[in-house]
Amino acid sequence: MADGNVLAAPAPAPAAVAPARPGALRRLARRRSTLAFVLTVPLLTVIGGLVVWPFFYAIYLSMLNKRMTRFVGLDNFAFLLSRETFQLVIMQSVIFAVGAVVAKALIGFILAHVLHALPAKGQRKWRGMLLVPWVIPPAISTLAWWWLFDPSYSAINWMLMGIGAPPVAWLGEPGWARFAVILVNVWYGAPFFMIMYLAALKSVPDQLYEAAAIDGATGWQKLRYVTVPMMKNIIAITVLFSLIVTFANFDIVRILTNGGPQDRTHIFGTYAFQVGIQSGDIPLGAAVSLFMFPVLALLAVFVLRDVTRRSREMAG
Amino acid sequence: MAQVSLRRVVKEYEGGVQAVKGIDLEIADEEFVVLVGPSGCGKSTTLRMIAGLEEISSGEIAIGGMVVNDIPPRDRDIAMVFQNYALYPHMTVYENMAFGLTLRRFPKDEIRRRVENAARILDIGELLDRKPKALSGGQRQRVAMGRAIVRDPKVFLFDEPLSNLDAKLRVQMRVEIKKVHQTVRTTTVYVTHDQVEAMTLADRVVVMNQGIIEQVGTPQELYHRPATRFVAGFIGSPAMNMIPARLENGAGALRLRLPGDIVLPVPAERTQRYAPLAGGEVLFGIRPEHLTEPKNLDRPNIATFEAAPEVIEPLGMETLVIFSLQGNEVTARLDPAVPAERGRKMPFAADLNQMHLIEPRTGRVL
Ligand SMILES: Nc1ncnc2c1ncn2[C@@H]1O[C@H](COP(=O)(O)OP(=O)(O)O)[C@@H](O)[C@H]1O
Ligand SMILES: [Mg+2]
Repeated sequence: MADGNVLAAPAPAPAAVAPARPGALRRLARRRSTLAFVLTVPLLTVIGGLVVWPFFYAIYLSMLNKRMTRFVGLDNFAFLLSRETFQLVIMQSVIFAVGAVVAKALIGFILAHVLHALPAKGQRKWRGMLLVPWVIPPAISTLAWWWLFDPSYSAINWMLMGIGAPPVAWLGEPGWARFAVILVNVWYGAPFFMIMYLAALKSVPDQLYEAAAIDGATGWQKLRYVTVPMMKNIIAITVLFSLIVTFANFDIVRILTNGGPQDRTHIFGTYAFQVGIQSGDIPLGAAVSLFMFPVLALLAVFVLRDVTRRSREMAG
Repeated sequence: MAQVSLRRVVKEYEGGVQAVKGIDLEIADEEFVVLVGPSGCGKSTTLRMIAGLEEISSGEIAIGGMVVNDIPPRDRDIAMVFQNYALYPHMTVYENMAFGLTLRRFPKDEIRRRVENAARILDIGELLDRKPKALSGGQRQRVAMGRAIVRDPKVFLFDEPLSNLDAKLRVQMRVEIKKVHQTVRTTTVYVTHDQVEAMTLADRVVVMNQGIIEQVGTPQELYHRPATRFVAGFIGSPAMNMIPARLENGAGALRLRLPGDIVLPVPAERTQRYAPLAGGEVLFGIRPEHLTEPKNLDRPNIATFEAAPEVIEPLGMETLVIFSLQGNEVTARLDPAVPAERGRKMPFAADLNQMHLIEPRTGRVL
């Protein structure tokens, strides 16, 4: 991490040859790098306890048999891959995550542009209102959506009937159910993209657009050749971050459909819960939840490398 | 190549600020015109209206004989260089320069030919693959100019292009800009607050103040025949001395009575010109370079007087001496060889052939 580098820089040469005299200890305590390390210990402990340890423990768990008595290597993963339900879960997770992230990014991008075009005064009010879905705890807002989708009391169906369309079994029919969970995730997550993109838009100097206008760019061309390239880093980071979080989503599907109908909306999180907690095969559940890790980790490495290169070339 | 006409152009920003208050200006084909004036006088606004970046509140702007009021910047066939360069940070130098041509669907080899030609004129051939971040201020400035040159537009617009450079580079780039104009001969409108830049670059200088044009003329005209008190004070460095005086009538000749009872005879050939002001209060304007140690006393209209220097500023090639006439600071320019000492009275000569009289009420120079 960067904070370590900065503080460690002026550290004096190590007193390796000096015998353990009382002064050596005091000198060690006075070193700025020592102080920096001591100051970060609480944070490192928290991260270690809540992130690193569970992560390695999950890896360990995923390589045990169901009763957790025997080490089975990658058998759990092989078993999962051979199961049709899990193949379905992989496909559904990908559709869910990729579909939701693309929709969130697009909607966030458009909303950011609309907000950016508003005069400064109205902008604050709208920005606040559009952030609401992101601020409400998703468990609560998903319950509200669940009520909206309810077949008999559904406000949406009531409106559909009002215009003479037939009611829809929102959460009962696989296609609609998949659409519904994506919709709620998009509703919840789009404001995050919006606020990030709005900040990015505000950081593009007006003069670049003026230069482009004089160079002959139309509105679309300004978007394509100035705005998007200038926002590439923030787009890459938000999409990566959101992909990771969306692949790990649990609450929306759990509350809205609980994976149904017929497992047709299960994603890694809910399926891991069902297999690991509800059916009692914790190692298999751990294997489910770890499934995407290598792919996402690899993706993160490539995306972040790109981001670093770009910011080195452009910033300043 | 084209001429630019501004006819009674007004710009009123939201909130009622009139940044430009109805200006008329004719810029000829191939001419280099500099808009100069203090900060906030409406230079940038005027330039941006020509570019189409700012709407015109009323009046008319024509480029190449065509009224462009309702034409967007991209169809005006102009190129602009901004103060902070406004290079696209994600594009290489080559791409930055080629961008306008790419958008206009020029063939690839034509684009390459033009970019390389401009790069040769500006001596930035080695930089074409770099991103703007990897360039110095002066190099960025050249690229910004290159971006304008490749387009071969009807008009170049510059908005304080040298303000972000250090003093030495500024002088160097000033020469560069002049050379480029002599090569490509594109009609140019150049905005600056620096009167030296204006004088050195311009075919004609437009002096603006508070949203109006004070005077339009060649650098020589502005220097020798300023039309208003503002122009007289703005053009020239150090600024022209303006001393309150009384224009007295005596025996068919006019005399100026300055504070401290210094009396200077007005040149006979100007008697007629200044007659309307006789007997009244005026501002006597004289540039420091026409207030020297006594010399050329055999020539007509050189008058001498005495004063005690308060501040002496040796600059090497000349020495500025500041003295006070009853609270009015006056600057003179002396030969550095002349001994001057703070507080000791010494003689000065005023070259009254170069004097100006300003009507204090209207600010007009007679
Ligand atoms: N976008 C704007 N909105 C309101 N007033 C502005 C705007 N831009 C400039 N002004 C005002 O118009 C006047 C002229 O500005 P400008 O043309 O930028 O001056 P200059 O370039 O000569 O320094 C200034 O008083 C400035 O405050
Ligand atoms: Mg300006």
